[in-house]
Amino acid sequence: MRRSFAPWANPDAKPLIRFENVTKRFGDSTAVDHLSLDIFEGEFFCLLGPSGCGKTTLMRMLAGFEMPTEGAITLGNQNLAGVPPYRRPVNMMFQSYALFPHMSVEKNIAFGLKQDGMHKDQIADRVGEMLRLVQLEKLARRYPSQLSGGQRQRVALARALAKKPKVLLLDEPLGALDKKLREETQFELMDIQHELHMTFVVVTHDQEEAMTMADRIAVMDHGRIVQVATPGEIYEQPKTRFIAEFVGDVNIIEGHVQGQENGLWRVKTSSAEVPLTIDDPDEVLHSGQPVAIAVRPEKMVIQRDPPGPGAINVLTGEVWDIGYLGDWTVYRVKLATGEIVRVTRANASRFVESPIEWDEQVYVTFAPNAAVILAE
Amino acid sequence: MTIRRLSVFNVTSLVIGFAFLYLPILLLVIYSFNASRLVTVWGGFSTQWYGALFRNDALMEAAWVTLRVALLSATIATVLGTLAALALTRYGRFPGRTLFTGMVYAPMVMPEVITGLSLLLFFVAVDFDRGFWTITLAHTTLTMCFVTVVVQSRLMTFDRSLEEAAMDLGAPPLRTFFSVTLPLIAPSIVAGFLLAFTLSMDDLVIASFNAGPGATTLPIKIYSAVRLGLSPEVNAASAILIGIVTLGVISATLLSKRSVLRSRRNAH
Repeated sequence: MRRSFAPWANPDAKPLIRFENVTKRFGDSTAVDHLSLDIFEGEFFCLLGPSGCGKTTLMRMLAGFEMPTEGAITLGNQNLAGVPPYRRPVNMMFQSYALFPHMSVEKNIAFGLKQDGMHKDQIADRVGEMLRLVQLEKLARRYPSQLSGGQRQRVALARALAKKPKVLLLDEPLGALDKKLREETQFELMDIQHELHMTFVVVTHDQEEAMTMADRIAVMDHGRIVQVATPGEIYEQPKTRFIAEFVGDVNIIEGHVQGQENGLWRVKTSSAEVPLTIDDPDEVLHSGQPVAIAVRPEKMVIQRDPPGPGAINVLTGEVWDIGYLGDWTVYRVKLATGEIVRVTRANASRFVESPIEWDEQVYVTFAPNAAVILAE
Repeated sequence: MTIRRLSVFNVTSLVIGFAFLYLPILLLVIYSFNASRLVTVWGGFSTQWYGALFRNDALMEAAWVTLRVALLSATIATVLGTLAALALTRYGRFPGRTLFTGMVYAPMVMPEVITGLSLLLFFVAVDFDRGFWTITLAHTTLTMCFVTVVVQSRLMTFDRSLEEAAMDLGAPPLRTFFSVTLPLIAPSIVAGFLLAFTLSMDDLVIASFNAGPGATTLPIKIYSAVRLGLSPEVNAASAILIGIVTLGVISATLLSKRSVLRSRRNAH
């Protein structure tokens, strides 16, 4: 629906939000460490990382609840230094939703509009519009304690959207919902964002959530951004081992660079008899350098019959575990070195003649371009 | 919860315990309805002493003073106590926080005689005439810490993100306080007020140190009346006092309990 949306690839595009060398320290600990980041207008941007990586601090600095120790944050043409939260054109949906328990749903949504001194009739119109958007017209007079978790989440969203902020911040927006509801809500959020042409910045620790919703993801670790890219790039071309392991499942094979042949890297490893051949031309490596090879489980092929004599990237082992998930089957193969390799296979047909069994001797192969080399 | 059967031992200890606590009070209330002038001899039921009480100008004057002192001191104590509670829970670890906390709570455990005496010395030193105002100020000092305790326990469970949400939606700090914080902690503030009010109503020691010729409170009046001999009128006055104090304490307990419960429910 928005295939051509990629302002970050345009060098002339002016970012809406700009973090410039921002550092935030709390006493001795550094939550955000010399971080620079551009977010563009209309983007659905995800800050992804494990807890304590600084993503929430980054968001709170944007909302104005924390001020950077060093560096500058600009929104549009405005430098946000010293601007208190109540004067920023930014609204936030809190992780706990933070609905006012002594106010009805409509009063909650109207709260921000009232602060702007908007006329009563206009407030009523806008509240009605918001209630329709989140489909809560019938619950306008209820109090938050009378709502389910999903309904509270919608009220929180409507309240944050009511003032038409330039940027909507969402702190773990789906964290408190159950799995089914979470999936539905993900798509709803995307639709709403698209409909309102608003910039969304989402903090999450759930990589699946980030992958589904975001235009771009910034993966954070220890107060720094490790990689900013589209979900596809993050998954298929992770920059570091941390990202490869944090986003999705991955098999890591360690080895040393042997050299380059015809543009393909040869990597010697104890896991395979013949050196592995990897097609990752962007990496700049030198012979003898220790590297990690990352291969996603679904990009490996498991077979019983030995591959032909000229086959490349062959690992041999025996089936250690089989997990049947319905849509996928997960094989855990134990190599001679003791390493466990995870291979998944889509269950394309309902019945398989003589399926691969436990303890069977198997061969696991993968194409040169299925793997990514990560410098250690 | 399982209902455990009450054993004979449990019932006995319960009865003895409650009898020990409440029998004297019950006796006083019963004898306030005594028709006889002799306090210890039952002469049939009558409400005549309540009538006599309302015609006793000296007692009524003292009751009026007590009420005004309690209202005023409880109001001042509520404002100051709430501010202290806010300072203690909100401003993190400021230098001297522990000392400040200790100083706020000290009047709770300080012997009343000491508090009363030190206040008296202070008023004498600054040459402040003893009377209505000195009792009021003394009671404010006594009851403020109780308000602080009640309000602070509510603030501990207060979800700060509610205030952040209000500010995020455009409410400056003061408006955030009045539109979000205050309505939510109001029950505990009222509870604190009621507690302060009842404490001031039934205080004898501190009041007698700081009362002057111009103003005497009901507890002082009752105490001095009893020294001249028991009178059924005093019984009636005491019974009314017990009623007011009981009502105040029960409402305060219910209010603070409900407000803490509500904050917990909203956290989920």
